[in-house]
Amino acid sequence: MTELAAGAPLLRIIGDEVTPDGDSGLSAEELLALHRSLVLLRTYDERSIVYHRQGRIGTYALFWGHEAIQAGAVHGLEPRDWIFPSYRESAVGLLRGMPPATVLSWWRGHPAGWWNPAEYGVASICVPIATQVPHAAGFAWGSALRGEGRVALVFFGDGATSEGAFHEGANLAAVRKAPLVLLCNNNQWAISTPLAEQTAATALVDKASGYGIPGERVDGTDVLAVHDAVRRAAAHARLGGGPTFIEAVTYRAAPHATADDPTPYVDPGLVEEARRCECVGRFEGYLQRRGLLDEDAAQRVREDALRVLREGIAAAEAEPPADPSLLFEHALVDPPPAFADQLAELRRIADA
Amino acid sequence: MPERFLVEAVNDALHVEMARDPDVMMIGEDVGRAGGVFRATAGLRERFGPDRCVDMPLAEAGLLGGAVGLCMAGWRPVCEMQYDAFSYPCLDQLITHVGRYRWRTRGALSFPLVVRMPYGGGVRAPELHDDSPETYYVHTPGVKVAIPSTPADAKGLLAAAIRDPDPVIVLEPKLIYRTARGEVPEGEHVVPLGQARIAREGTDVTLIAYGAMVPVAERAADDLAGEASCEVLDLRTLKPLDEQALLASVGKTGRAVVVQEAPRTLGFGAEVAAILAEQAILDLRGPVLRVTGFDVPYPYWQLEDWYMPSPARVADAVRRLLAF
Repeated sequence: MTELAAGAPLLRIIGDEVTPDGDSGLSAEELLALHRSLVLLRTYDERSIVYHRQGRIGTYALFWGHEAIQAGAVHGLEPRDWIFPSYRESAVGLLRGMPPATVLSWWRGHPAGWWNPAEYGVASICVPIATQVPHAAGFAWGSALRGEGRVALVFFGDGATSEGAFHEGANLAAVRKAPLVLLCNNNQWAISTPLAEQTAATALVDKASGYGIPGERVDGTDVLAVHDAVRRAAAHARLGGGPTFIEAVTYRAAPHATADDPTPYVDPGLVEEARRCECVGRFEGYLQRRGLLDEDAAQRVREDALRVLREGIAAAEAEPPADPSLLFEHALVDPPPAFADQLAELRRIADA
Repeated sequence: MPERFLVEAVNDALHVEMARDPDVMMIGEDVGRAGGVFRATAGLRERFGPDRCVDMPLAEAGLLGGAVGLCMAGWRPVCEMQYDAFSYPCLDQLITHVGRYRWRTRGALSFPLVVRMPYGGGVRAPELHDDSPETYYVHTPGVKVAIPSTPADAKGLLAAAIRDPDPVIVLEPKLIYRTARGEVPEGEHVVPLGQARIAREGTDVTLIAYGAMVPVAERAADDLAGEASCEVLDLRTLKPLDEQALLASVGKTGRAVVVQEAPRTLGFGAEVAAILAEQAILDLRGPVLRVTGFDVPYPYWQLEDWYMPSPARVADAVRRLLAF
């Protein structure tokens, strides 16, 4: 990871061959809960690739290797805090109790995949790049105006930092001292465009100073480092300190999506290294060194996650076909008469 | 009943609605300390405080995107875009999120926001202070669009937009901000969205207009006195459109001329013509004619009088139609 991280040092808590493990300050229970979340996300991702190949879900954006950023972030927040995901964090709601069937339905293009953000504190999956950043800024600001003590966390990638929406959202949040955590998954690639062609900045975290907000860089494969940085940023925000920019540095070891073949553009050596240092295995090593996890226990966690996913895909596939009335039903609170005419036209043809 | 200029009626609506509902916020560029470049938001910051009338960073997409988040936190933001053509960056958020988010949550979340802006030409301003962007807004699913032409409607339609549970765009005709003057009801005044207004009754031809083109159509009707009896239909809301009022008027007159400042191709006049072709073909005694801006960039102002639909161009269309 060293050559990917020119600039400010990366926060790490999980050790390696050279460095000893740091102290996360988390209890054994909290650490094992974090492990279950990592495995649930990993299982979701790996099963989704299988389901896609089986034709059971559509095009799917992988997050293999980014589970530490997602689980570390969610565990670093309080349940009342809101999360604004990009498509790369499509399954982050699972860590807030969302049934896997819901997210699988989203990738199946079925309206059952559209959830109520207020139920989970998880905004809808944002497909266009960076446009969720202003939403998170506005939500954080609006919530703070009501004195609710809630924090918003927004996920986005390295490519998103080129978008105007990222800048406009980050700036708005900073000006309003909105309780927001800006969490950048710097996996070095925007589909096939490398970071060096995305920015001339030495490190993305340097952008924080331009907004007058603190920035922090963490190892994105170290779930404890992500957790620690998010927890501190959220506490800072909750106390009225405003937003923090966190750059989680990792490497995209998987394709951008099931429709992408990265072999023409990635460095196979770096992919190999990223796969070797992947975040779930790293954390399991940490737990084993702490005596908190053995292979049997890890296996049980994996089996549980697999069962949940199997039940999830079965439930998603059991959803009845979407009725054409859903085309019109939720576009407006107060639909115009034209909607009824258009639906009647469909029904007439369907019944003919 | 007091008389007010159109822009004063906008200001009145904001004062009344913000006093009525503590969830309503005004956000925009220069809307606080300055009270808006047209003074449409004057006095709001002083009266409701800097947290409810907010000078925003100069970024229209961030402004509207921020408003989406404010809605999620329970606010009802009214967003001012400083000028028509400065609203274009906000189309990103409008198209990708504002018009889609409720649908995306299967109706669980609502986005009761308003985007209001001065629009239109004829004001001798530099480039990109003169556009009529209504088609972009009307074409976006999930939002409603209103355009007042009188002070009373400017107040009533904006109040309706603020109270509406769905996103509403209100385009205010800046050309007549301080020339249109009329009686405006005091206190709460709501003009329901989706209801057109017969500005003038007539029997030979219906002039269909909205915003600053309503007085142009009315002047054309004056000029045609003795030649043709013109009905002037002020659409007031482009989406949802009051199709019944349109069909009733054209059913009566049998002739329709649509007036819009926006470029011709795929402008709102095309939609009106299509509706009449679909639903009133047997009522029509001639083609639906359009008097519009041209398919060119809005010109520098020494040419703008040639660009803007004029009473003479409207009268010419009426004469051609009568001779058909």
